[in-house]
Amino acid sequence: MERRTLLGRLSWQLGEVVATRPETARTKSITLDLPGWRGHRAGQHVDVRLTAEDGYRAERSYSIASPPEEAPRVTLTVERLDDGEVSPYLTEELRVGDKLELRGPIGGYFVWEAEMGGPLLLVAGGSGIVPLMAMLRHRAAAESTVATRLLYSSRSLEEVIYRDELDRLVKRSAMLAVAQTLTRAQPPGWTGYSRRIDLQMLREVAWPVAQRPLTFVCGPTPFVETAAAILVELGHEPARIKTERFGPTGEKHDGE
Amino acid sequence: MSGEFFSRGFRGRRRKSELSERLPPGQYLERDFPVLSAGPTPQTPLANWDFSIVGEVDQPKRWSWDEFHTLPRETITRDIHCVTKWSKFDTHWEGVSLDTLLAQVATAADYVIAFCDGGYTTNLPLEEVTGGKAWIVDTYEGEPLAPEHGGPARLLVPHLYFWKSAKWVRGLRLLDEDEPGFWESLGYNNHGDPWKEERYWGD
Ligand SMILES: Cc1cc2nc3c(=O)[nH]c(=O)nc-3n(C[C@H](O)[C@H](O)[C@H](O)COP(=O)(O)OP(=O)(O)OC[C@H]3O[C@@H](n4cnc5c(N)ncnc54)[C@H](O)[C@@H]3O)c2cc1C
Repeated sequence: MERRTLLGRLSWQLGEVVATRPETARTKSITLDLPGWRGHRAGQHVDVRLTAEDGYRAERSYSIASPPEEAPRVTLTVERLDDGEVSPYLTEELRVGDKLELRGPIGGYFVWEAEMGGPLLLVAGGSGIVPLMAMLRHRAAAESTVATRLLYSSRSLEEVIYRDELDRLVKRSAMLAVAQTLTRAQPPGWTGYSRRIDLQMLREVAWPVAQRPLTFVCGPTPFVETAAAILVELGHEPARIKTERFGPTGEKHDGE
Repeated sequence: MSGEFFSRGFRGRRRKSELSERLPPGQYLERDFPVLSAGPTPQTPLANWDFSIVGEVDQPKRWSWDEFHTLPRETITRDIHCVTKWSKFDTHWEGVSLDTLLAQVATAADYVIAFCDGGYTTNLPLEEVTGGKAWIVDTYEGEPLAPEHGGPARLLVPHLYFWKSAKWVRGLRLLDEDEPGFWESLGYNNHGDPWKEERYWGD
């Protein structure tokens, strides 16, 4: 609300794919070189537009996974939906050297910058980790010591995006804690949570209400709906809980 | 750049011919009903709910939940278009026309800003919400409007992008001068016509 700096016109620009990296069997990170990029804030997204030879077009939104510090390179992390139109193209067809049309950055609300302080509570479900990872990467790049907790829900260990990097970030910063829950399958010896996010879990992981954390919740709609409602029930101020919801409400995206 | 660039290897699932004339540019057809909002879903007991018209009016007006339900109701069937690219056809709603509500105040205002539980606001020229173009709805597909979709009541302005159809609406503030609402202050277009693709500032 405070930010009213006028943005210029958001025009479409072409980025060149300079790297792709599988994160899990279903997700891929795509790094683009965007020479005209005027920077972004952690948590913002871009609109991607695909154009077929006959002129048919499809547009979707993707969060920026990389921190502002890496501009003019921008990384997106896309989860493949087998019956989707855009995500299979981005994860399977697009290669290094291809060009991709996008515009952004978009969104000035679901944003965290080191100056905003904390403590910070990040709650992610599935690919909802993407904009929160931009925040964690920005926190590291800015050498911020803001006390931060991430609660991240995935179906199985194999589906955890950025697994190694999260481990490294935790080792690097005493002020960062990551709690994970695996809702469908847990490997032997798993010490994290093994169920969907619930009141007890958030009570254990979230900061005490009195510390007035800044909270960002991102994931599929039912996940976000549940997590945000529980946080309010625990007494957290609704105005300090920011949410971003990806994708449809369908059964397949069942809150994990 | 348009017309020159194409995405190597992209065919697209929906061919042009399949695209109904009802789909605005850049939109795709969604059968589900996605939820988008900036924060947690507010919970207001109906006993505490009211709807007000305030601002540039001779006399502010207020309806309780029960009073609101004595007003003449309309059923509405419309396509809706979300700025995040989905459109949904033939959604059915029931509620009270803004014409009915605004008939109960005298005003010379040209603009209106809707205000909501949770602090959300959105602005509209008065002419975009009068003449059978906007409603306060509390029923969706024959059921009470679900909280995540804005229940107990939301604004419905189907000819504009759906962020204008403010969820959890509690009233209208009439204004002489336009004033940006929540998303309009954060980079989204002030007007939001899906047929003109007025998504962001400068579109
Ligand atoms: C702000 C924002 C940020 C986002 N960030 C990310 C991100 O960082 N990473 C990410 O992976 N995603 C992100 N998303 C989601 C992304 O925009 C797409 O929705 C996602 O990639 C799916 O697109 P798609 O074209 O592959 O699938 P779509 O073709 O849109 O299909 C989605 C699902 O809808 C169903 N469906 C679609 N069309 C039909 C039809 N005609 N009939 C029946 N069912 C149908 C299918 O079951 C399919 O699985 C974000 C969304 C938003 C709004």
